[in-house]
Amino acid sequence: MNLTLKIWRQKSAKDKGKIVDYTMSDVSPDMSFLEMLDVLNQELIDKGEEPIAFDHDCREGICGMCSMFVNGQAHGPDRAITVCQLHMRSFKDGDTIYIEPWRAKAFPVIKDLIVDRSSFDRIQHAGGFISVNTSGNTQDANAIPINKHDADAAFDAATCIGCGACVASCKNSSAMLFVSAKVSQFALLPQGQVEATDRVMNMVKQMDAEGFGNCTNTGACEVECPKGISLENIARMNREYLKASFKG
Amino acid sequence: MALDSRIPQGPLADKWTRHKNEINLVNPANKRLIDVIVVGTGLAGGSAAATLAELGYNVKAFCFQDSPRRAHSIAAQGGINAAKNYQGDGDSTYRLFYDTVKGGDYRSREANVYRLAEVSTNIIDQCVAQGVPFARDYGGLLDNRSFGGVLVSRTFYAKGQTGQQLLLGAYSAMNRQIGRGKIKMFTRHEMLDVVIVDGKARGIIARNLVTGEIERHSAHAVVLGTGGYGNAFYLSTYAMGSNVTAAWKAHKRGAYFANPCYTQIHPTCIPVSGDHQSKLTLMSESLRNDGRIWVPKHKKDVEAIRDGSLKPTQLAEEDRDYYLERRYPAFGNLVPRDVASRAAKERCDEGYGVNKTGEAVYLDFASAFMRYGKEQAHVKGLDENDEALVKKLGQEIVKNKYGNLFQMYEKIVDQNPYETPMMIYPAVHYTMGGIWVDYNLMTTVPGLYAIGEANFSDHGANRLGASALMQGLADGYFVLPYTIGDYLADDIRTGPISTDSKEFDEAERNVTETIDKLINNNGTKSVDHFHKRLGKIMWNKCGMARNEKDLKEAITEIAALRAEFWKDVLIPGGADEYNEELAKAGRVADFLELGELFAKDALVREESAGGHFREEYQTPEGEAMRRKEFQFVSAWEYKGEPKDAVLHKEDLAYENIKVKERSYK
Ligand SMILES: Cc1cc2nc3c(=O)[nH]c(=O)nc-3n(C[C@H](O)[C@H](O)[C@H](O)COP(=O)(O)OP(=O)(O)OC[C@H]3O[C@@H](n4cnc5c(N)ncnc54)[C@H](O)[C@@H]3O)c2cc1C
Ligand code: SF4
Ligand code: FES
Repeated sequence: MNLTLKIWRQKSAKDKGKIVDYTMSDVSPDMSFLEMLDVLNQELIDKGEEPIAFDHDCREGICGMCSMFVNGQAHGPDRAITVCQLHMRSFKDGDTIYIEPWRAKAFPVIKDLIVDRSSFDRIQHAGGFISVNTSGNTQDANAIPINKHDADAAFDAATCIGCGACVASCKNSSAMLFVSAKVSQFALLPQGQVEATDRVMNMVKQMDAEGFGNCTNTGACEVECPKGISLENIARMNREYLKASFKG
Repeated sequence: MALDSRIPQGPLADKWTRHKNEINLVNPANKRLIDVIVVGTGLAGGSAAATLAELGYNVKAFCFQDSPRRAHSIAAQGGINAAKNYQGDGDSTYRLFYDTVKGGDYRSREANVYRLAEVSTNIIDQCVAQGVPFARDYGGLLDNRSFGGVLVSRTFYAKGQTGQQLLLGAYSAMNRQIGRGKIKMFTRHEMLDVVIVDGKARGIIARNLVTGEIERHSAHAVVLGTGGYGNAFYLSTYAMGSNVTAAWKAHKRGAYFANPCYTQIHPTCIPVSGDHQSKLTLMSESLRNDGRIWVPKHKKDVEAIRDGSLKPTQLAEEDRDYYLERRYPAFGNLVPRDVASRAAKERCDEGYGVNKTGEAVYLDFASAFMRYGKEQAHVKGLDENDEALVKKLGQEIVKNKYGNLFQMYEKIVDQNPYETPMMIYPAVHYTMGGIWVDYNLMTTVPGLYAIGEANFSDHGANRLGASALMQGLADGYFVLPYTIGDYLADDIRTGPISTDSKEFDEAERNVTETIDKLINNNGTKSVDHFHKRLGKIMWNKCGMARNEKDLKEAITEIAALRAEFWKDVLIPGGADEYNEELAKAGRVADFLELGELFAKDALVREESAGGHFREEYQTPEGEAMRRKEFQFVSAWEYKGEPKDAVLHKEDLAYENIKVKERSYK
């Protein structure tokens, strides 16, 4: 198929960006979206031009590195996948496709489609852990039985890949879905209880300090999340936060 | 230099305990005076960084991704082994040790493997304490499954995302230490050289991938947890960024490189679909627990399937060849990876492959749906003879176990694996070779350590499933943090290492000269052009089966390709900015050297063992033929061009296991 691509080009954080048009022919429906960009990049390099910079690594939807808006949607049109899992069979011959980076104050652009998501890491430094020594002198794993329902729910929350699509899709650039996923994972497990208060307070404080907006329950995050992280986590985090605030 | 593996004396089961009792310790107050660099934040590097920091060392950690949480370990699907014997099926430390040594085709080091089996149980306890949500049964206890090459259920898992959950565990342990200021994390940084001062590793040269700045970092010791080099093949199951650069630069600075030719080809990957393809996707081996592998028995059915006139589901049971169950009745679909991969290749080479290119076999869940469905119907008191209902119930169970893998398959292939069997083919997946290390995980360069997939020691010529995660975490949480003390005990009075020395100058110059050369080359062909060509040579001549003629050709072709690369590679953009092509060029340049050593190593090894199959050495039934005189580790010393590398041999002694023919019949 033949495509027109309108891609955000921005040389560096300091430069101003703009949309640049490219045309492609002979795109196979079996290609992934990123493979289509690879082909375009090879064409650009052959012409001596700079290829389009985008983040990616695993290319199987698990590392959370790839990140871009495709036609105004985080990770593109299909539900519950990352952009590396999107295939060109989702498009039609003659389509025009807009490709842009995540937009959020807390995610400054590095180059073209690449943004800096280290604010996510800093939130995790503030409390995304259980304070246990890594000495191996812990009790036997089966000495902490966990109800299957809770274990599964904790797992579901833990599958967040830290891609940032939730932030980018939110009109307030809120990081609530991301933060609540981690808070929920630990809130559902017996191991993390002792420091639950500090955890939620510290993570929320850092989240605010990074310049993420507030959550106004629009739910765009849940819709665009490639891992189906549910809004229930935000509710759980709010409860944890309230509990923690009372304890003060 | 003679190789000293420093295996402790005494009975196998006591070696590790005894060693820990005897090695030097560093007093906690002195640990504060010592800096350690950890390159790589996957399971191995991440767990090591966290533990070293917790012990009190000052850690600087590096990774090329934008966050440690994105290291390639995140992609591991199936699970992690541990000899817990929770299932009461006869597992033990010895049995895990035995399976691993046998599975590795008697080409791994006994003492290391025993230690791995010994600490495996601690890993699970540790991860659970960190909040890793492993799968549990209805009683709230941990669940297990079984993997290729073993007869017990010792694999712990978190759906098909075990690597993700374990890495997030290590990442959270790191976060705690970063929060405390004990780890300084350098993301989007690539290590490009090791700095050796007075014969000891004392630092690294790294490039900030965002600004292009070249940085000097010093430490009392350097640990490499930089993963495997399977991307030398271009197409593989590795993440796009996985590379050999750190290991290769260490090799060039004096670290011996061991068994480069031992590469695992994983049997259950999604087949290649076209030239545009950038990577291959693995379907976890755990699927072989429930999926049955087959091809049609008759050529006419193969043709009908290929031209679309026959659906695989229409083919009668008696017209299918369940070749693994036929050839290996004891292990069936659960034979180890090397055996399963070769068997698939054998059928496809004979013309029984089921996709258009003839390079695919079926992985079929139809009988698992029925088996589980019947059980569910029984439990729920429903009609066990209602086939549609039973199938639906069974599919639910399978979905619960492997749902994300099925979804992944459907996205890529555009076929629903609940309705039609999956198509799979072997692909490059893991490298058992790596930097040579002694029992303390130290390389032949004092103060330079290698852990996880970057080292060579535990898997021999073939890695059993679910044991790489185990080894990465064992090295990082429980082995290296102790053994490194033995070396660092001498450094408590050294004080900070200056980066202002002729050695740092020289290493930095080495790095900038290479970058300048690449940037100013003004060639005509892209980096990927060369990478793909290298990959073709590697796959065709150093792949699943090798022979003398092909390997000799590969050696010449790779050397020629390397020369062409340096003459004709084109890198747009500058050196002092974000430049992905430049980063890739450096990695491919190293693959082009490693590739040649790989072929040379494969040529020398005149035997078949695990992931190394020399066509000249096979039994009449096509099984791998080991040779006693090759019961050694090949450790290569750098002498300039790969063709000049010098071979050192570490003989492997098996005192606790009888070396037998490796049979899975
Ligand atoms: C799809 C897939 C499924 C798998 N499933 C399983 C499984 O079920 N069970 C199992 O046991 N094993 C499995 N494996 C194998 C296992 O995941 C890996 O062997 C293991 O995770 C490697 O861990 P590591 O820490 O050694 O390296 P990696 O996780 O590869 O980490 C390498 C680190 O080094 C860094 N790095 C590399 N080079 C440089 C450099 N020059 N400068 C700076 N940083 C650098 C990277 O940024 C990264 O942080 C699987 C592998 C794949 C591909
Ligand atoms: S919550 Fe979903 S969208 Fe947000 S970072 Fe996690 S996986 Fe991405
Ligand atoms: S590249 Fe890893 S999730 Fe897309």
